[in-house]
Amino acid sequence: MARNNKIEKESFLSKPAIQSIMASLLCIVIGLLIGYIALLIINPVGATEAIITIIKNYFTYPSKAAALKYLGNTLVKASPLLMCALSIQFCYQAGLFNIGAAGQYVAGAGASLFCALSLGLPWYVCLVAALLAGGIFGVIVGLLKAYLNVNEVISGIMLNWIGLYTVNMLLGGVKEVSSPYTLSIANTNPGALIPSLGLEKLFSNNKYVTIAIPLSVIIAIILKIVLSKTVFGYEIKATGIAKDAAKYSGMKEKKNVIVTLFIGGALAGLGAAFLFLTGYEQWSVTQSSVPGMGFNGIAATFLGGLDPIGTIFASYFIQHITSGGSYLDKNVYPSQISDFISSIIIYLCGFVLFFKFFLNGRIRANKERKEGGNK
Amino acid sequence: MVLLLQYTLLFASVLILVALGGCFSEHSGVINLGLEGIMVMGALGGALTLKVISPELPAIVIVLAVLLASTVCGVVYSMLLAFACINFKADQTLVGTALNMLAAAAATVIVKTINIAENPDNVSSTVQYVASKKALVVSIGSFQFNWFMLVALLALIAAYVILYKTRFGLRLMACGEHPQAADSVGINVYTMRWAGVLISGMLAGIGGIVYITAGVSEWKFENGVAGFGFLALAVMIFGQWKPVNIGLAALLFGFFRALSNVYSGFDFLAALNIPSSVYNMMPYIISLAVLAFTSANSRAPKAEGIPYDKGSR
Repeated sequence: MARNNKIEKESFLSKPAIQSIMASLLCIVIGLLIGYIALLIINPVGATEAIITIIKNYFTYPSKAAALKYLGNTLVKASPLLMCALSIQFCYQAGLFNIGAAGQYVAGAGASLFCALSLGLPWYVCLVAALLAGGIFGVIVGLLKAYLNVNEVISGIMLNWIGLYTVNMLLGGVKEVSSPYTLSIANTNPGALIPSLGLEKLFSNNKYVTIAIPLSVIIAIILKIVLSKTVFGYEIKATGIAKDAAKYSGMKEKKNVIVTLFIGGALAGLGAAFLFLTGYEQWSVTQSSVPGMGFNGIAATFLGGLDPIGTIFASYFIQHITSGGSYLDKNVYPSQISDFISSIIIYLCGFVLFFKFFLNGRIRANKERKEGGNK
Repeated sequence: MVLLLQYTLLFASVLILVALGGCFSEHSGVINLGLEGIMVMGALGGALTLKVISPELPAIVIVLAVLLASTVCGVVYSMLLAFACINFKADQTLVGTALNMLAAAAATVIVKTINIAENPDNVSSTVQYVASKKALVVSIGSFQFNWFMLVALLALIAAYVILYKTRFGLRLMACGEHPQAADSVGINVYTMRWAGVLISGMLAGIGGIVYITAGVSEWKFENGVAGFGFLALAVMIFGQWKPVNIGLAALLFGFFRALSNVYSGFDFLAALNIPSSVYNMMPYIISLAVLAFTSANSRAPKAEGIPYDKGSR
């Protein structure tokens, strides 16, 4: 009986999905532990409370209504993060590391805000503009990669900076007179705000909660279906696993690279519109560093085990601790401790492949030993 | 004009140092995308040294202390990459990216902690080193010679000699071209790759402190190093992984980067009334164009980016 249990446990452990979840949880635990150690070094007195604050995030509010409202805020920011993560995840399936998601996100932000504030267009047109802008940024990387063999990581980084300065110039015309921030959409063109369809009532009337949140989850599910059930999805994955074999079997691998990066760029661009068209944040035209959303997306992607559904949860988690970091006492602990934890988690994700290999090796060795005994 | 020359040489020095770092790492077979992060760490070590060191000390002591601090920080930090990518065969792109993010976050946390400890109301991530920075430069007429320019030149010569004239360099390159063949004649591929990554950590660390002391006397660590590590990679590719070509490519890129600092000093450029954003974008646009033209016939080390596994053929 005990032996049966053990075999069952082992076959349970050998499932790839279970292994991915275990690996991710392990990364999270170690990441939080290292973050806690860092907090202890900074100031041992409040460290335990601080790490609990980061983990609790909006639960620190005693009233249920306030907690719900701030849960809404976390979700508002988790949805663009999920879009960036999906962008990176989708491209990674084709063997492309889309670090340019950060720039595609910037392009989407620029296009959506320009359409909303300068041209006065309704929200759905702004969304399409963001999608196209991000997509074009992605296509540039794709063309360079497919035809000129330019490393997509380096061209992506270059485009991040080009995008940042271009958008700063573009939005310079629609900023508030006395501040570097763009005009408020609610005052200038309320029609450009993404509708909420009553969703805000679920979150104590948090007006930033819109249909962007469910939309991003739906897009994740669609991507899951595209990748696992369609010919296109298989082609993408085949190109990622063995580029030359894919080419040999008649797939147009150049076209696939470009299309993949267009979709990746469009996802990131759309993600930016999902944030900026809620009015939650205004773009600062003097910012001199690329927004971290695209880079945090890398964390969410790998923590989610490179699976769209896993990425939904991972994006929420990353945003959860990032928001949690902002509740720390700024005069004791830097809020960047959350970024620190996220980046530790990404670093640890690099070991996941080794972890799985090790686990499978152990399981196989155990199995062989047992079969040997049965003979 | 002198100012333009001065900044060109300064930024070229940064690019030479960091690109040579990338060059050593890639010749050993490891793509080091974490250069940006290593620069931040090196810059942090150097900046903190400048902050605490007494400005009265002889200039040479200050320069050497800063170099030592940046080197140590860079080398120690690059161990994270070597450990994950060489011993644990992790995805080099992923780990490099993680190191870039980790460096930005860690440096901000460290600097803020130090600032808060000094004054609880100072929650900025800025390090100031105005007093001791004077030790780094020598004025020759209106030209400010920076000791780091000499360091970059020496690094360039040393890199050429080491890579092409010594047994170590040739073995290192063999590990990036065909590690199995190198292993078969008794070269320890893992050791060579560790050496390549640590050398890149040293050079990128020094590059970091040169970058943040170029023209300014305080640095806000929240901003990292603005993609300079990646510009250095573009320089390395443009220079086709060869030290001398890297030196020339760095001068070209350094010139465009310098232009964004000093364009307002030229009457005809200021008269064109081009927004400063355009000048800021320039180095990135140029590098994108340059990459487009040079990447097709790339002479990259053949085995770069592939973790070495003794069992595979």
